[in-house]
Amino acid sequence: MQPTQLLKYLVVALPMLTAACSTTTGDDETATSTNATETATTGATAGNNGDTVEVMTLEQKRQMQVEEEKRKQDTLRKTNTLFFDFDDSQIQGKYFEILEAHAAYLRANPTAKVVVEGHCDERGTPEYNIALGERRAKSVAKYLQNLGVMSSQISTVSYGEEKPLDKSRSEAAFSKNRRAVLVY
Amino acid sequence: MKKVFTLIFGLLFITPSFAAIEILITEGLDGAKPIAVIPFSYDGIQTLPVGLADVISADLARSGKFNPKAVMEMPQQPMTDKDVDFTAWAEKGIDTIILGQIRDARPGVFTVTYQIIDIIRGQITGGGAQMLSDGQLVTSNDHVMLASKPIQFESNDFRRVAHAISDNVFEKLTGIKGAFQTKIAYVLVTDQPQRPYQLVVADYDGYNEQEVVRSNEPLMSPTWSPDATKLAYVTFENRQAQIFIHDLYSGSREMIASFPGINGAPRWSPDGSKMAMVLSKDGNPEIYVMDLLTRKLTRVTNNRSIDTEPSWYPDGQSLVVTSEIGGRPQLYQIDLRTGKKKRLTFTGEMNLGGSITPDGKSLITVNRTRGNYHIARQDLRTGAIQVLTKTYLDESPSVSPNGNMIIYSTLHGQNQVLALVSVDGRFKARLPSGIGQVKSPAWSPYM
Repeated sequence: MQPTQLLKYLVVALPMLTAACSTTTGDDETATSTNATETATTGATAGNNGDTVEVMTLEQKRQMQVEEEKRKQDTLRKTNTLFFDFDDSQIQGKYFEILEAHAAYLRANPTAKVVVEGHCDERGTPEYNIALGERRAKSVAKYLQNLGVMSSQISTVSYGEEKPLDKSRSEAAFSKNRRAVLVY
Repeated sequence: MKKVFTLIFGLLFITPSFAAIEILITEGLDGAKPIAVIPFSYDGIQTLPVGLADVISADLARSGKFNPKAVMEMPQQPMTDKDVDFTAWAEKGIDTIILGQIRDARPGVFTVTYQIIDIIRGQITGGGAQMLSDGQLVTSNDHVMLASKPIQFESNDFRRVAHAISDNVFEKLTGIKGAFQTKIAYVLVTDQPQRPYQLVVADYDGYNEQEVVRSNEPLMSPTWSPDATKLAYVTFENRQAQIFIHDLYSGSREMIASFPGINGAPRWSPDGSKMAMVLSKDGNPEIYVMDLLTRKLTRVTNNRSIDTEPSWYPDGQSLVVTSEIGGRPQLYQIDLRTGKKKRLTFTGEMNLGGSITPDGKSLITVNRTRGNYHIARQDLRTGAIQVLTKTYLDESPSVSPNGNMIIYSTLHGQNQVLALVSVDGRFKARLPSGIGQVKSPAWSPYM
């Protein structure tokens, strides 16, 4: 029973450790701890069966979870653009998961580097928009750092209003142009 | 026997040189002073490339102070002041006309003379006023306000000579130094996949466009050296903002700022020795002044909010800057000796991109009121603000060196174009371009 108990401890502790170093928001924390509880329950149920089988199952389950998580994050990382409200540099909640996926990749690959580009719509002067674009890029950079990414892996550049994504100058176009882009 | 052609080339030889930008006057001719620039007479056998009188007429119209009459509206086309029918012009309500005569000097070289005629004075004296000189009655010709000396020029120099004549006429009639021989620098963004970003220098009227730099990455914020021989600008060609100084004569380029983060909004000091700029190397956008000889940086602002868009007072002792220190961006004066900061603008949700007119009396700003961005002028003494434009998304105002006119960037339909507005707001014109987006205009100093 000793190894099983140790395993149980690990099963509970590992996700919690990950949670501790990777989350900054209430949403994420809730999601991760729910996950941990489930795993612990599975471990306890499995404890009634033979030791060998139990260990295999847990390892496989863990492996599957890791792979599942990796697939999910790979998908999430395909999104590299975050949009912002007018005259605002606050990251919207819907991007937390995406940024976590990028952060996980950068943590796992300490030699990887990312450039965060900040962009604005055309309202306001070009020079002021450069400042505003930098604020957006830096807010994303800071978020990634809080998720454990080394500052040496992140650089920022603001293009202000100089590189619009949509040049049609409608309100919808303006909202597409207010963005930060992660470029590897 | 020598055959003499007298060509009224304003009518016969209209071969304008290429210009991507042409000026469309949208408002303000009605209030301007009527004037007529008679097509200059030509005594010679060469082909003239362009009508001098057309260029002068267009210059005077664009000053916002004159309303030149079309050739069709002219009661006559006198060749010299002796031919002027003063009554006919007076009846048309025109009290000033410009006459000119072009002759061949030698192949490819011409001579021009011109006169400004005061119709009212001529009507009083009948063109033959007499005055006493050494006890003798002589003809005084005082209806001729100005008679130029002969000016020689080569055929490819036509536009420059026309602008020089416009400068003299404008100054004689208004007392304000003409700025028709100045240039504008601007950024042109085309839809071409290869190197869409261009920095262009052209005559103030859009002619003689010359590409200065062309890049795959954005170019921004051109600013002239006070001697008009160099431009400083921001380029992203190395995937980060950098400030370059570009010698327009040699074409040599020199990078002067490439710090982490923003390197932006360069502005030459009036004496040419320093460059004000925005750097965010120490955290967030702050104003710095660089000594161009030693490259030593002096930090001007130090706070946690955005500071940007420095612009020099004409005396070089203070800067106007945009600062968010009070929440929303507003304009402040910073005294460079004491470091004291004084808020200048209180009208509107935002004021951005400020600059002081050459006479030091007015502040030109991009004012945002109820979400609309317009160019406005604020009297520095009274604080009274006058919104000058009513176009859409107006930005990047740049004042002509004589303080008469502002060139700025605006949205017309789906395109960013340049526009002109007189400092009093009465005259408005648009400079539509057929190719791409035109922005960030910078009016040169006197050349």
